[in-house]
Order: sequence, then C-alpha cells, then structure tokens
Amino acid sequence: MHELSLVADLFTIIEQQANLAGAKKVTKVVVSVGELSGVVPELFRSAFLSYKKRTIADKARLQLKMVKIKFKCRSCGQEITARNIRDESFSYVCPACGSKDMELVAGRDLYLEKLEIEI
Amino acid sequence: MEQKKKELLVLEDILGSNKKIAGEIKKKLEKHGILAVNLLSAPGSGKTSLLEKIGLKLKDNYRLGVIEGDIETERDADRIRKIGLPAWQITTHGACHLEARMLAKIFDQIPADLNFLFIENVGNLVCPASFDLGEGLRSVLLSVPEGDDKPKKYPEAFLTSQVLVLTKCDLLPYLPFDTDRVIKEALEINPHLKVFKTSATTGEGLDELCAFLEEELKQRLSQHA
Repeated sequence: MHELSLVADLFTIIEQQANLAGAKKVTKVVVSVGELSGVVPELFRSAFLSYKKRTIADKARLQLKMVKIKFKCRSCGQEITARNIRDESFSYVCPACGSKDMELVAGRDLYLEKLEIEI
Repeated sequence: MEQKKKELLVLEDILGSNKKIAGEIKKKLEKHGILAVNLLSAPGSGKTSLLEKIGLKLKDNYRLGVIEGDIETERDADRIRKIGLPAWQITTHGACHLEARMLAKIFDQIPADLNFLFIENVGNLVCPASFDLGEGLRSVLLSVPEGDDKPKKYPEAFLTSQVLVLTKCDLLPYLPFDTDRVIKEALEINPHLKVFKTSATTGEGLDELCAFLEEELKQRLSQHA
C-alpha cells in the first residue's frame, strides 16, 4: 500500500511539468509501470483518483502501460521476457546457454511517460 | 477562447525524488566509512532478534547504531537500547515502508564515527523493496515458519538484496520447510545472493554472518580510502 506516496510524488512532477508548459489543465496522464516495480495497478489507480481532486489534473484520465519483466544474459546476450509476473514457468536462468548471470533490463521502473495538456 | 490540446513527453522517474535523497545519504555514509544495512522482511521474521544477537557480537569491536522503522511505537528501539546500542525510531504512522526522506530527517542525529548502521525496515516483504535508502547492503530475511515458497512470490525483495538470511532455523525439525528449495529458488531470482542459515535462539550461523559483515566493511573502507 505504498501507492499513495508514489502518487504524491507523481503529482509533484505533474504540477511542475504543467506549470513549465503553461498548461491550464492536464487531461491525460500516461504512466509506465514495470511488472517488478512493486506497484499494484488497481491501487495506483484508486490512489490517483482520490489524489487528483483539486489539482490541475482533476479531470485527467490515467493510462497505465504495463512493462514486462525482461532479462538479458550477460554471457550470450539472449533476451528473455516473462509472460507476466505470476508466470510460474519463468526461470531466471538463460534458456540459450544456461548461464545464471542475467541482468534485469526492463520491468523495474515506474515513470511518468507523458501528459496531455490544455493550454 | 479555444482550448488547445498538446501532448507533453515527460519520461520522469516517479521514484526520482526518493532516489536523489538516497544518493545523498549514500554519499555521506561512504564519506564517513559507515556500512548501512537495510533489513527487509515480513513482520515477525525476527529482524529485531537478529539485530540484538549480532549487535552483542559486534559491539565490542565496532561502533554500531540502529534505525528502527515501525508503523507505531518505540518498542523495537527500546529493545535495541537495552543491549546498550544507540537506536533511533522512525514511526511512519501508517506508511508500510521507509523512504529516504524519512531517514534524511533524522540523519543529523547519527554519529559520523559509526562503523555499522543497521536499518530495520517496516515489516513488509513488498513495499520496502521499491525504496532505496542509500544503504550499502540490502538484506532480506525469511523465517522458517513463513514457508519455503516465498522467493518467487515476492521476487522484488530477493532481486534487490545482496544477502538472504534464513531465520528461526532451530524450528526446521518441526516444520515442513525445504531449505534447499528456498535457496534454489532465491538463487534463480538472484544468483549473487549470499545465503546464511541462522537462529537467534541457538546462535547458529551468527558468527558467519558477522564475519561476512566485517569483511564487507573492510572491503568498502579500502575501496574508499
């Protein structure tokens, strides 16, 4: 349940960016959510809905773009993607060469991708 | 006047402000040669008991301090003070994790001559994993009664840690806990994890854990010297 504090940080960025661009309203917020970012999309969405009231984004729609977990093998360069975070068959071992030296290249980040604004 | 719509590309990390403060804390810790260890686990895994025991082993030769993160009460900090160590309690009043800015608020109270600063996070195997505190080492604890299926259910905590401490291992004869399975699955998520089997009751594995921490401190001091 740390989504509320993340949403508070998100709104700090939204307000800064909207002010810089001279926006009257923010109408859409697009957030990229890594499946391993520790964020539960439903909770993030409800935190967003309660937080947006009385802000420049009070009418904004929230779009969450889920980013799948992707590893790259440091030995042979093979990339593997998990079907989803609950993918039981997913192994953190390289299917091509058997190496365990895998680097997580996608799926951990949480970032504000773009805003749609009215000026 | 007609409203004009415009798309604004931002690409800004939502955890950026936490990461920035964590980076500042990390710099200060490195400057003073303090090894900070962030302890993550579910409630009741034995973080405070482990700290009491390794605190007693390390305190004669090192200067230690403990930050206690809890939702409410000073109970854990009081336990640590009872064994003669300085402890600072952060009560989050509802928040399920520590954030770097909470640490930054009390950071001035931390003596600069410490060797080890243990940070006991709020008991929760999920949320604390997302927040860097500027620590030098992250350690995830898993107690035998919690069950051997946890690493794959809570991958982020295991993926972002460097150390896995299995606790309450004195209960192994009484519970269906497959140590090999846990270690295998944890290493599949993070092959670099250093694993310790411990019991705060019998003292099993604590000397090995302390020796590892001492070696880590030594290595970091020589790196930053």
